[in-house]
Amino acid sequence: MPDLSKPESTTHHAADEPLTVAPDTSDHDVLTMDVGPEGETLLEIDHVTLRFGGVVALNDVNFSIKRGEILGLIGPNGAGKTTCFNVMTGVYTPTSGEVRLSGKVISGTKPHKINALGIARTFQNIRLFPEMSALENVMVGCDARHKTSVLGALFRAYRIRPDEADMPTSPLRRKFAQVFGVSRHTVEERSGRRKSMELLKFVGIADRAHELSRNLPYGYQRRLEIARALATEPELICLDEPAAGFNPAEKEDLMDLIRRIRDLGHTVLVIEHDMKLVLGVTDRIVVLEFGQKIAEGSPEDVARDPKVIAAYLGEPDDAA
Amino acid sequence: MDWNNLFSGLDRHTLDGITRGSIYALVALGYTMVYGVMKLINFAHSEVFMVGTWAVLGTYTVFGATTGMGLGMIILATFAALLVAMLASAGTALAVERIAYRPLRKKGAPPLIFLITGIGCSIVLVEVFGQVLRAFFGPPFGRVLVDIPIVLPTKVLFTIPGIDLAISNTRVIIILGAIIMMVALDFFVNKSRLGRGVRAVAQDPDTASLMGVNRERVIMLVFVLGGAMAGVAALLYTIQYDSTKFDVGFIIGLKAFTAAVLGGIGNLRGALVGGLILGIVEVYGSALWDSSWTNVFAFVVLVLVLMFRPTGLLGESLGKARA
Amino acid sequence: MSTVSDAYRGLRLGDRWNQAPQWTRRVGMLLVIAFAFYLPFLNILPFAYIRTDLSSSGSDWASVLFLVVVYMIVAVGLNVVIGLAGLLDLGYVGFYALGAYSVALFGSPSSPVVEAIQAKFGLSEEWAVPFAICIPIAILIALVAGVILGAPTLRLRGDYLAIVTLGFGEIIRITARNLDFVTNGATGISGVPVPPGPEIDGRAFFNTIDAHRWYWLALTILIILIWMAFRLEHSRVGRAWLAIREDEDAAAIMGVAAFKYKLWAFAIGATLGGLAGLLFGSKQQYVEPNAFMVNLSFLFVAMVVIGGSGNVYGVLLGAFLLTYLPERFREFQEWRPFAFGLALVVVMILRPQGLVPSRRRAREFEDRKVEAEEAAADA
Repeated sequence: MPDLSKPESTTHHAADEPLTVAPDTSDHDVLTMDVGPEGETLLEIDHVTLRFGGVVALNDVNFSIKRGEILGLIGPNGAGKTTCFNVMTGVYTPTSGEVRLSGKVISGTKPHKINALGIARTFQNIRLFPEMSALENVMVGCDARHKTSVLGALFRAYRIRPDEADMPTSPLRRKFAQVFGVSRHTVEERSGRRKSMELLKFVGIADRAHELSRNLPYGYQRRLEIARALATEPELICLDEPAAGFNPAEKEDLMDLIRRIRDLGHTVLVIEHDMKLVLGVTDRIVVLEFGQKIAEGSPEDVARDPKVIAAYLGEPDDAA
Repeated sequence: MDWNNLFSGLDRHTLDGITRGSIYALVALGYTMVYGVMKLINFAHSEVFMVGTWAVLGTYTVFGATTGMGLGMIILATFAALLVAMLASAGTALAVERIAYRPLRKKGAPPLIFLITGIGCSIVLVEVFGQVLRAFFGPPFGRVLVDIPIVLPTKVLFTIPGIDLAISNTRVIIILGAIIMMVALDFFVNKSRLGRGVRAVAQDPDTASLMGVNRERVIMLVFVLGGAMAGVAALLYTIQYDSTKFDVGFIIGLKAFTAAVLGGIGNLRGALVGGLILGIVEVYGSALWDSSWTNVFAFVVLVLVLMFRPTGLLGESLGKARA
Repeated sequence: MSTVSDAYRGLRLGDRWNQAPQWTRRVGMLLVIAFAFYLPFLNILPFAYIRTDLSSSGSDWASVLFLVVVYMIVAVGLNVVIGLAGLLDLGYVGFYALGAYSVALFGSPSSPVVEAIQAKFGLSEEWAVPFAICIPIAILIALVAGVILGAPTLRLRGDYLAIVTLGFGEIIRITARNLDFVTNGATGISGVPVPPGPEIDGRAFFNTIDAHRWYWLALTILIILIWMAFRLEHSRVGRAWLAIREDEDAAAIMGVAAFKYKLWAFAIGATLGGLAGLLFGSKQQYVEPNAFMVNLSFLFVAMVVIGGSGNVYGVLLGAFLLTYLPERFREFQEWRPFAFGLALVVVMILRPQGLVPSRRRAREFEDRKVEAEEAAADA
């Protein structure tokens, strides 16, 4: 079988700090998702076509993702994989066709609403918030699930009685909280901070939680993006070339991370160029070329499919 | 609403509007070109116009020009004033670019800072003529209205029969002058090599510099051209209104900017279209309502266009070959 | 210039302040506030030289302090719009004017609106809406105006938004000037009410002579507003604003409802502007359109940008400098606009991040500079 691994990306700073992946000491109870049954259809890309003026970016693409699976989306450069992500997350509206999440049509909805419905993603060319620390980046993701409104943050009038973990320790404040409760804003800030730290531990970068994200080494930044996306509690998380620029050891860790993400209850969709990674971690693969789906199936089937091989390597000159 | 007022003099009003609009259009060119190439709203451009009017006054004073000179002298004085105004305005525009905008570009400052600096330059220029020069030289500088000699006397050239509309020489000069300059500029941008460079930078600055177009030169050129157009507008303005003031730039600049946005900011032909439409709408409006609301029109048009059709009537497109 | 800022940075005042134990910071803050309240009575030389009324032509010191604080309220409000949410607003004077006109139109017995109500309901000629009710009216009007202006325009590009807001500010002023039957046009409205208070020495509590009371009132309001602004900044709202400024599209994909937060920033800014205008109009007891020219908008933006946008302390400094200095050197009145324009240009070119930028902003500017230099080197 031809080795379809992409050569090392030139942007990888190999001399960067060695990637010591901290073991996962996170509290999985906090992070586990409460989702529907495995195997049911979660996302349907239903005959989606996307046209930009004369250019057809996606041509009648049709596939679905089942809950709990790890689906790979591969294809040569320019095949439309990231465009597919953009359609799924609401950046583009399909020219024709629909995208449905758990049966509900989401194509044409605004990005932040789609995120509320349960889809999150990472970006091919890392788009963190550079002036925020790693922790703050993830907290923005947690905020997506919080209910405090602008007025709530301002006046802190909506009080709730928190559980023991969130009660203040000093006696005076404790008394105050017992009578007046704690503002939802404060409870959400605290729980958001806790959950963000757990997520940072989960992806293995908690040791640099308070550093500015733009100062983090490349590998940390990639994983921070994943942590931030996970913070929005998505049912489906889409990873866009998460291993770009990683060395083989880092790729192994990433594969392990993806499996652990699935174990938490998320469904995962991965765009990747590294065939070893894709074949190793996915349950099923969809192959795109020039905006069209050319193959779909189990990793073994897809790896052997002549159309797929031709797409990556090209046809020999004397073939019909 | 005084419909009678409007319709009884519709021909007059339309001619008025076209005249005004021509001046707005010329000034609008400066805004639109700078925006097209740098995506920057040059607040100081209104003062570039104002400086031009003072240059006209200065030239007439040096020539000792007054009303009632012989035709030869009139032509000489007017052309001299035109040249001096164009030079002064272009020079001011270039100075603002070099002193204020260039250092900011080097620092990669965000757009808000450019706007604020432009406002600052505008204020400085206004005050130079309103206060600083007065402190050094006294009148005519200062915060007062200043008369400019009427070198070109208004004469009715002919009357259109039927509607009985008098066409005066000043109007012809203004309208024709504006059209000639705009055609020349349009020709330059679309057909000449330098003009191609301008369009390239407007479309894609990075690729343009990869193709060997010197971005800094193009920017300087655009400021100079826009300034020169404003200088022409300044002369035409003095022909029509025979006075100037230290803050005359603000209102004219605002209206010209509205015209540029209306026609499609970044679009040369849009500046003409926008200017004419705005001029006409303005005059009609003052005929219908009382004239104290005239200036509001400019603002209302501006706000509405930006809210509902920010690309303007003809669309943003200094980069495209056909405006 | 850089030696001065290096020396200042060497002092590391910011760090020392942040590292000091909390009670020290609290006490320090209280001392500063106490000093602020004491200021109108500052008579000890040489400190008294900061007063503006040392010469006979100088303005009343307490009145100047009052104006400084009113403009600080403006600066805090505009800081939310420009500094925190990153929106360009060049027409802030519009909200200021709306606040002032609200209290005038509804609170003054001689305003056309009140006179119409008097006629309709057969009320006495002295009747007007009580001051306390005027406050929520002013807030509401400014808020609604902010929403009306923001809703269709916040999706525009930055510079377009700047121009639309500029236009809005002028439209408000010109409408106030022309709509005679509502606003009395250029004549203005007098008899604007003052806050209620006990009569002392036969005068109302808030009058034109005891300006220091106005100052204390405004100062109290300012402190409350600063506290509220801090709350917002250090909450999910502040984070959302920061995320929107850094990368709006990525923020949206991460679940941040960008438009909503931008509109809120605009509305909050509008409300604060209206409050400031209300205080201003009430102390003057007279409101007229010429007080709300577009130059005031430029001054407001200058305060935020020169002071250091994004940083509350910075914008307070900006407000103070740009209000106090012109008054202190009143004899050079004719030169004030020129000095202002020059200061604007010089500060923007030499130090675009402002005098006291927030740490984040200072870093952002550094980044942009490095990027621009690299781009120039490559080209």
